[in-house]
Amino acid sequence: MRTDRRTALERLFLQREIEEFLSVEAELLDARRFEDWLVLLAPDIRYWMPMMRNVHSARGTDESTREQADANWMDEGIETLTQRIRQLATGIHWAEEPVSRTTHMVSNVRLLDIRDGTPCEVDTSCRFLVYRNRQQDEADTFIGKRLDTLRQTEDGWRLARREIRLDQNVLLAKNLTTFF
Amino acid sequence: MDTVSEQDLRRLVDADNGTVSREIFIDRAIFDREMARIFSRAWLFVGHEGLIPKPDDFFASRMGRDPVILTRNRQGEILVFLNSCTHRGMKLCRYDQGNARAFTCPYHGWSFSTNRDIVDEPGELVGVPHFEAGYGDRLDRRRWGLVRCPNVTVYKGTIWANWDAGAPPFLDWLGDMRRYLDFALDHRDGRPGGSEVIGGVQKWRVKTNWKFVAENFAGDMYHDISHRSVDAVGIGPGGKGRRDAQRPRLAIGFSALGHGVLGELPHTVEPEYAPTFASDPEVEAYYRRIYDDRVRNLGNQPRVTNSVGTIFPNMSFHSRQPRTILITHPISPTEVELWRLYLVDADAPQPVKDAARHYYLRYSGPGGMTEADDMENWTYATDSSAGAIARRHDFNYQLALGHAKPAPGLRGAVQSGTYSEENQRIFYRRWTQFMTGGDWSELMPQTTSVEADNAD
Ligand code: FES
Ligand SMILES: [Fe+2]
Repeated sequence: MRTDRRTALERLFLQREIEEFLSVEAELLDARRFEDWLVLLAPDIRYWMPMMRNVHSARGTDESTREQADANWMDEGIETLTQRIRQLATGIHWAEEPVSRTTHMVSNVRLLDIRDGTPCEVDTSCRFLVYRNRQQDEADTFIGKRLDTLRQTEDGWRLARREIRLDQNVLLAKNLTTFF
Repeated sequence: MDTVSEQDLRRLVDADNGTVSREIFIDRAIFDREMARIFSRAWLFVGHEGLIPKPDDFFASRMGRDPVILTRNRQGEILVFLNSCTHRGMKLCRYDQGNARAFTCPYHGWSFSTNRDIVDEPGELVGVPHFEAGYGDRLDRRRWGLVRCPNVTVYKGTIWANWDAGAPPFLDWLGDMRRYLDFALDHRDGRPGGSEVIGGVQKWRVKTNWKFVAENFAGDMYHDISHRSVDAVGIGPGGKGRRDAQRPRLAIGFSALGHGVLGELPHTVEPEYAPTFASDPEVEAYYRRIYDDRVRNLGNQPRVTNSVGTIFPNMSFHSRQPRTILITHPISPTEVELWRLYLVDADAPQPVKDAARHYYLRYSGPGGMTEADDMENWTYATDSSAGAIARRHDFNYQLALGHAKPAPGLRGAVQSGTYSEENQRIFYRRWTQFMTGGDWSELMPQTTSVEADNAD
């Protein structure tokens, strides 16, 4: 369902612009420029990561935990994301000291809904792969889907909402100290 | 070690002098013996009533290395079965949770029922493909029913199971540790029970030995220093520090039972109310009212407040802020699967539940800013103890050795100040008792098996 009047070409430009935003964002995370990453987040951001369950295929709706009702892997706003970044900067957050090496890959970017208005918001979906290497032989691969809502502001695009769906039931990593 | 003798085991732990061999955190034969001697005889936490509220609801749980099915039948009984088909071992139920009239095996189609309208014994075999043609009347359906755990107890919503038919009742196992578990499970206003699980169980893998987790929660105030980065950024509910100010906690250990807690003695004077959620007036008003209700409801009855503890062997909990249950399932000598459940007052208004959930998730679990560091510590303590040379060198548990004195108001308990490893010494003494045999008459002292309420 589209509410915008963009031509196919305008839509293509928009798609390209958003892909660029997501690539830059991934680059900032891998370069540990977390303060710069924070700037890309809207002040009212909702950043959450449900858990997946093994349920009978006929009970598909029970497959993931519910937003604002159940326990999740993460459920954050701008304040706690900022605190996490401050914690990383203390130099004594042992789970990330020495730091892990990460590579964030984003693909299959699609624009789902474009809501023209002030401001304009775009719902997107993509796939992600995050590789984390820690110390000598610790390697975690997080793969899944993301549903992002981007908002256009005078200063450029901002991330207003992110839902991270990880393709794991039992989390196979010891902790979640990176961002997705 | 290929096999391990009782003599070996006694050499590994010297609780009186505060040393423990690294072998017990690494060795496969010791691990196998733990499964056989501890996890098949101890009371183990298997779930919460909130996970199986309706008839035929089930939840896939674990007891040590054994997968089990926790279910409620149509008659309302709560039952625990080994999650392995009696025919050829297939994992019968591969869902985490759900609702099923019968459990049907995907391999050859045997099916089992818990409904007493259909079967005499819950778990009995009710359906066998080719029954007449293939087995005639030679297959004894009762003999081949699901393996059922003989002891299951519900305590204030928590469900516990024990494979040993001769085991003591759960409350005897718990002893006066019950007060501390109560503080996690009771309503904040002092009413018994009254907490619920916030939907969803976090499950994650950590490459560590299960005892690192258990002994940490049994009362390791000493390691708080590793959480300084969290203290610095102020994730506490009041917006400062890691949590709100607490009175100093004491290491309280239940010498004969192996449980340990960091908490207060069962005093009757509550500390003054301290604003906890100052940023949210509705949440703040709730906690203030609940505080007054608690003081009024409990009056002069002994009561405890802040605590974090381990019930031997692998059930740990936080009971104040956050308020959680942590089960450490052993997977191998060097791997665990942690399960975290979050608790909140069942009848609290939604904003209070939301504030609690947000706080818990940023504190605990793999995404928790505090616990992420614990995982790092436990992982590398395990890994760097595995080498041939490392294994020759014991761990040190001598902090506050000789400082234990009786804990007033608690039977069979000692307290040893705030910074102490007495609870760890107690844990490993208990561990040795289980590992080196001994029947229940040896393992369960009479002094702690009296109804807890008569103690005061
Ligand atoms: S293993 Fe279950 S029916 Fe054969
Ligand atoms: Fe800790």
